[in-house]
Amino acid sequence: MSLKSNVLDLRKRKKEVQKGGGDKAIEQQAKMGKLTARERILALLDKNTFHEYDLFVEHTAKDFGMESKVLHGDGVIIGTGTIHDKPVCIFAQDFTVAGGSLGLMHARKITKIMDHALKMCVPLIGINDSGGARIQEGVNSLAGYGEIFFRNTLASGVIPQISVILGPCAGGAVYSPALTDFVFVVEDISKMFITGPGVIKSVLGEEISMEELGGARVHAEITGNAHFYAKTEMECFEQIKKLISFIPRNNLRKAMHFPPKAPLKGKKIEDILPDDPRMPYDMRDIIKAIVDNSDFFEVMEYFASNIIIGFGRMDGETVGFVANQPMVLAGVLDTDSSDKSARFIRYCDAFNIPIVTIEDLPGYLPGVDQEHAGVIRHGAKILYAYSEATVPKVTVIIRKAYGGGYIAMNSRHLRADFVFAWPTAEIAVMGPDGAANIVFRKEIAEAENPEEMRQQKIQEYKEKFANPYIAAAQGYIDEVIEPKETRSRILHALKVSENKSIHLPKKKHGIPPF
Amino acid sequence: MDEEKELKNLIIQGAVYKTTFTKKFEKRVNWEAPNSNLLYSFIPGTIIDIFVKPKDKVKEGETLLLLEAMKMQNQVRMPFDGEIVKIYVKKNDIIPKKHLMIEIAPKQLKK
Repeated sequence: MSLKSNVLDLRKRKKEVQKGGGDKAIEQQAKMGKLTARERILALLDKNTFHEYDLFVEHTAKDFGMESKVLHGDGVIIGTGTIHDKPVCIFAQDFTVAGGSLGLMHARKITKIMDHALKMCVPLIGINDSGGARIQEGVNSLAGYGEIFFRNTLASGVIPQISVILGPCAGGAVYSPALTDFVFVVEDISKMFITGPGVIKSVLGEEISMEELGGARVHAEITGNAHFYAKTEMECFEQIKKLISFIPRNNLRKAMHFPPKAPLKGKKIEDILPDDPRMPYDMRDIIKAIVDNSDFFEVMEYFASNIIIGFGRMDGETVGFVANQPMVLAGVLDTDSSDKSARFIRYCDAFNIPIVTIEDLPGYLPGVDQEHAGVIRHGAKILYAYSEATVPKVTVIIRKAYGGGYIAMNSRHLRADFVFAWPTAEIAVMGPDGAANIVFRKEIAEAENPEEMRQQKIQEYKEKFANPYIAAAQGYIDEVIEPKETRSRILHALKVSENKSIHLPKKKHGIPPF
Repeated sequence: MDEEKELKNLIIQGAVYKTTFTKKFEKRVNWEAPNSNLLYSFIPGTIIDIFVKPKDKVKEGETLLLLEAMKMQNQVRMPFDGEIVKIYVKKNDIIPKKHLMIEIAPKQLKK
């Protein structure tokens, strides 16, 4: 054969394999409102940058009639490409090939690209669309999952790992996304669960639809398994691209630098806070008044929304924000919000992203359900995460900073580098109402008019303690600032922290209260 | 997912805050002191067999019924000496978790 005919033969072979499960299966995929694995990769990566590997891999199964079956690419596509001109490794399970089921060679392709990502120190993106383990391959498919989980763990904190759930992801398969940093879900398409509705019904008698059990909304809002929620696959890809622009390629680098931009002239930062300290406001307005171009990219928007986490830029550099949200549950800390923020703090710390904490919280959420759900154990995660974080840490106290919440929200005592407070800040063991009831219990009880006395004592306490100056007198607050100075003070604090270097006691690793 | 929510009151340490609630918070279950005379299912499953009837006197540890769940037959036993007051399930019923199965009452049994 001549070179030319060899090349023609190669092209023919490639074309055949690239069709995945064939026209009928592709049609079926489209009917479910889903793009094919290849379309997804091409939509996500920069144009003409996708390079595929292991196209001709075939499965080795010999049982249950598998020996006669040809599964193109063994149901998964792997390769490299770029997003914003920066390299990424990617795999996408192909549902049109045997339902994207995971067999030995399928898993080997995935682990190959994972190893590559870790070696080259570039982000790994995994698109999941799979019916689960390929049962005909028995324990080999389980081995495949195990090898993937192991690599997810090794790569954790070294390279960014992004999971995109664009189809079913059930049983053991869910644990790979769960081990990664960011999980993306899409309405009506993503389905994640350990045990499906069928089994739940037959064994337990509980009837539930797939969507209600483990749909996109459930994971974005209830379980906290998903970090980003989109209405369509294309919207999801835009979210991924945006995330990539905010995070560094690996744990030795800094995130991309963008040209500095002032915040938009929207709401003035000094006009956001209501006069009545019991009234809420949207903390996102404060963040938007601080970050470049007022562009705040929120993570886990719908889960535990009493705390806000996300990325923004300040003078072109990525900053991670953690902020209480008075608009939801008065901004209290509870099990879910502790969990959510602690993990984000650890992410920022692992990837050299400075953390800015904006504080306004009345304390912890009271209730038997919270206590029994382990608010002690979960709440401890925030203390742990802030304390161990060595990236620059800046705190701005806007209003309430009461009790344990004050300590937890990156206080001086957990080694915040800079702590600022607005003149509206109230830093105290508890709010005036609660404190007056305890401190002046006797006076109130013995007064002729207890309610009047109570109000008087609340006022007394308020004047004495509900301000930032007592904490400032101790040096716990570095400076009381005017609201309009907030951005410039944070910017300067981050600038002087650029070469921050601290040394923690040597250890193999800590034991966070997982 | 961004529907406007009306402000509600949340009391934290004596102070009333205006805020909104999350779905999860609204759905939380209020805690009730357990009543040891009411036997609830601890797992969803099927009632395979019932060995007692109302007014029966039963010793502590005796099996009252079999609840099959996750392919396992669970023996639901009498937690103390007493009497069966009422049975709320029948054979072959498929019941959810925390479903009331039997009401009992403590009673001194003759030796």
